[in-house]
Amino acid sequence: MWYFKSPEVVFGEDSLSHLQQIEGSRAFIVTDPTLALLGVAGHIEGLLQEAGFATELFAEVEPEPSLQTVRRGAECALAFAPDWIIGLGGGSPMDAAKAIWAMYERPELDATDINPMTNLNFSKARMIAIPTTSGTGSEATWAVVLTDTEEKRKFSTGSREIVPTIAIVDPSLTTKLPRRITADTGLDALTHAVEGYVCSWSNDFSDGLCLKAAQLVFAYLERAYTDGENDVEARDKMGVAATIAGLGFGNSNLGLAHAMGHSFGAHFKKPHGRCVSLFLPYVTEFSINGGAGRYGDIARFVGLTTDSDEEAGGRLLVQRMRDLESAVAQPQSIASFEIAPADFEDALERLCDHAEQDTQFFTAPRIPEREELEKLFQYVYEGRPIDF
Amino acid sequence: MAFKFPSPQWTAAFESEINGSDAYANAAKQWEGDILLVIDESPGIYLDLWHGKCRSARFVSDAGEVSPEFKIIAPMAKWQNVLAGKLDPVQGMVTRQLKLEGNLVKIMKNVKAAQELVRCATKVPTEY
Repeated sequence: MWYFKSPEVVFGEDSLSHLQQIEGSRAFIVTDPTLALLGVAGHIEGLLQEAGFATELFAEVEPEPSLQTVRRGAECALAFAPDWIIGLGGGSPMDAAKAIWAMYERPELDATDINPMTNLNFSKARMIAIPTTSGTGSEATWAVVLTDTEEKRKFSTGSREIVPTIAIVDPSLTTKLPRRITADTGLDALTHAVEGYVCSWSNDFSDGLCLKAAQLVFAYLERAYTDGENDVEARDKMGVAATIAGLGFGNSNLGLAHAMGHSFGAHFKKPHGRCVSLFLPYVTEFSINGGAGRYGDIARFVGLTTDSDEEAGGRLLVQRMRDLESAVAQPQSIASFEIAPADFEDALERLCDHAEQDTQFFTAPRIPEREELEKLFQYVYEGRPIDF
Repeated sequence: MAFKFPSPQWTAAFESEINGSDAYANAAKQWEGDILLVIDESPGIYLDLWHGKCRSARFVSDAGEVSPEFKIIAPMAKWQNVLAGKLDPVQGMVTRQLKLEGNLVKIMKNVKAAQELVRCATKVPTEY
């Protein structure tokens, strides 16, 4: 038994105009300070106000949002009493908006109480997610990733009830995205697509979505990175890829690249997409070395080979991942994050503990023993291909 | 020799598997908390788990006679799927096929321990 959940997805040029077709009266917009400063949040507010909405802006979401921030956002939402919650931004504002939505609906709950086993029974508001990056897929998933600043670790949870009601994926919002963020988020989408396809919770509904998303990222990320301001087609396709990947992994799960990336990123305070994609080729090699995964399918679907040899296809896929990471100037070892060897060694036990405790660890196609996990981190530190 | 599930004999064999598992001991070294696995409404299998070891395990014919920190409740058919390795226990909880009473966050922070515990259960020769 399993479920497939999806928002209504509005995509393509001018899809923001859908905001003027929704029915309601009060919209609470959750975003980050940068989008407020750049006027993007103001543009969304303007569209909603033209449609007759009263709006309120909560522009306090930081990267890797904390439990404390969403608690504060929920208090503001309760005071404003919206009938729509709008999550505007990358994964952080959208995840924060989902948590705020839940805590607005159920004020007696804390963000840590959101889980798949609790009935949330929403009745006050619906939610629109508007991504301004192309990677997180949060607009299409029931997952929420918050940071517990006291424990210095990511806190992943979710509920099928916090899948946004509507996702609006408009390429106009990503054309000015800086190169570094284009690369980080685009590779995040690739990691979602690959891990969503190979993980142990993959299923017939998620498979096709993951394959298509991987194909689109390989075809369009480098173009979006190189000339994203002018190449609207590449921006549009990357936005679609990210949402499709979100639908894919959101209805499946993820694997070791996310477990290790969450642990590493939370400890060293590095961006999510850069971290998970760092580990992707390495954990793919690790899985292939153990005869696990369905990487050959991906290699064939994206046109790397027509050969049915799973291992050979998987190794072509790893090389294609590394080539793409090089093309978008992505760091390919932990050392290249300028983390000193002593700092890494000091953190290693904790990195392993937190990776093992991550909810994505146990759906990896090949699950490492503790010694193997330590070795994986050490190899990634040095940038060595995985040979075990 | 196979042990009937659930029964005092199966429970004792499960306790032995847990206390013989290095993998569980390592994964659950931080765990403190007792769990009752409830089959239908009763009976139950009570486990007092403490820092990688099972301090005691007992078959309880009336699930209401203990008040553990966690209860995992499911019909017999679901437990059979878990013990046969056909139902991932985390997936079972997410889809509410296994009903959890207790703090899910604590379970999710110790997901490896939960998986190793189930692995111990699957090693017990079982008949129904």
